[in-house]
Amino acid sequence: MMTAITAAPPAGARGTRRRSSSWTILPATYLVSIVILGVTVVPLLYVFLDGARSTAQLSNSAIALPSPWVWSNYGTILSSAPFWEFLGNSALIAGVATALAVGLGAMAAFALSRYVFRGREAIYTLFISGLLFPIGIAALPLFLQLQLLGLLDNQFGVALPEAAFSLPITMLILRPFMRAIPGDLEDAALVDGASRLRFFAQILLPMCKPALVTVALLAFVTSWNQFLLPLLVFTTQSHFTLPLGVYTYQSTYSANTAVILAFTALAAAPALAVFMWAERYLVAGAAGAVKG
Amino acid sequence: MPGAVRRGARDRRRRKLRKGAELTILLGPGLVLFLGFVLAPIVVGAYYSLYNWDGLGPLTDFTGLHNYKIAFNDPAFVQAIEHTLILTGLALVIQGPLSLGIALLLNRKFRGRALMRLVVFAPYVLPPAVTAVMWSLILQPGGFVDQVMKSAGLGGLVQLWLANVHVVLYTNFAVLTWQYLGFGIVLLLAGLQGIPVELREAAAIDGATPWQVTWRVTLPLLAPTLRIWGFITVIGSLQVFDIIWLMTQGGPAGASDSMATYMYRTGFQNQAFSYGTAIAIIMFIFCFAFSLIYQRYALRRDTAGALTRAVA
Repeated sequence: MMTAITAAPPAGARGTRRRSSSWTILPATYLVSIVILGVTVVPLLYVFLDGARSTAQLSNSAIALPSPWVWSNYGTILSSAPFWEFLGNSALIAGVATALAVGLGAMAAFALSRYVFRGREAIYTLFISGLLFPIGIAALPLFLQLQLLGLLDNQFGVALPEAAFSLPITMLILRPFMRAIPGDLEDAALVDGASRLRFFAQILLPMCKPALVTVALLAFVTSWNQFLLPLLVFTTQSHFTLPLGVYTYQSTYSANTAVILAFTALAAAPALAVFMWAERYLVAGAAGAVKG
Repeated sequence: MPGAVRRGARDRRRRKLRKGAELTILLGPGLVLFLGFVLAPIVVGAYYSLYNWDGLGPLTDFTGLHNYKIAFNDPAFVQAIEHTLILTGLALVIQGPLSLGIALLLNRKFRGRALMRLVVFAPYVLPPAVTAVMWSLILQPGGFVDQVMKSAGLGGLVQLWLANVHVVLYTNFAVLTWQYLGFGIVLLLAGLQGIPVELREAAAIDGATPWQVTWRVTLPLLAPTLRIWGFITVIGSLQVFDIIWLMTQGGPAGASDSMATYMYRTGFQNQAFSYGTAIAIIMFIFCFAFSLIYQRYALRRDTAGALTRAVA
């Protein structure tokens, strides 16, 4: 569009209109960008900075830079066992949930995309219908189910349901992806004497890597952020996940705002760090879901 | 010849057996996990909801639909339904146009676009528990928000954001928007990138203004994505819990209760488990009814849409 404008210098009515529109839109873009940047980044920055102030500094003025910087809030938390326990539990549960969702989801998606059998579409629909039943609504019935299974106050009592609830979106993204891989490839592998399971494990899965990374990230983030289910399932503090830890800190240290701020900042850090690295996969995942 | 036929039949049978075994290995574990933890709880929950049960001992006190009657006769629950529907409606009416506008802007080429996409999406990956604690500190009386408003000359508008019964629901909505707006933006951006540039260029060459190109070309082509966004947003809003619970626990006096916070307080904290599952089943029916209606009137048009195939 820009070249069209420069190629026709004696601008006609249309040319000026287009140019003027890009003149008004570009500043608008930057203005909106700055507003979004402010609204998003300032609260995060506020928490990180105020975590480095003492409670006395906080009560003196709501808006000020730390002076002097009080690193002891962060130091106390980082050298305390609970923080690392919460972090470890979150990582363990999210790891198990992700491995199960992606592993079992990929196997099922392979069966539902590249085998022909009666009831295939019905089973696929059954999986996808899980999208109608989010884990937040299921939590209390799930609690009773876990009680029947003897899985209360147990890390697997959180990880297994989280994996199960990640299966629908995993199938939704993986099945079309696996379908799109040419059948000739599979025929060639079978002619060469490979079994279908070997074709799946050694040829198809490596080819699906982008989609697998996306569904793994979705499952991991969902588990990492889950609050209600662990809140119902865990009673022992040494089993708590990071979001539950934030909740506990908020109610235990309500007098010491600076410590809550520092803890919140530290709890936000892993998610943000992983996100910086993985952003493009999440966006690709959104694109995959849109295209279906 | 008969031997060959028999061998052929045996081969076919063996291949069929083998296929059956492969399908069992591939599908079995996933199906068991799904049936055991997604579908079974609905059945278990529906069953428990017909009893009066406090979490101890066997189910003996069958009360039929009594729990459901109590729920709909409890003004607090009716209010929680209203709040949930208000939050859902606000999400559609405010977050929708907002994410669409921002997605359209970010879809243009400009310096810093990559950074903006990163920033816009960041709150979505933050644990809602972190978001809630962060904002409840920022919004406390005399806190950051109040100070900023005072120094901007808007001190008269300062409220008890989390304690005023007329304001608290909308404060919660604002924080929910902060957390989830990025999701809509990214979904719509992905949809925008699926629209061939040629279509918009052709319209522009034919004399359409940028405004017309957006309204007549881009938006109709983006409609399937918008409908999927609407579906995900409504299902998500119907179960909203974390942020409300951590900021206000549904209070003060139930002024920010959602169906889920009501379920947690009355069903879990008060150990009226069968009553709580009745609430969960009511929430599920809301989701189910919505998706049937949505499927019938909105998603049906997307013949290529993934959810159409899924829900149909």
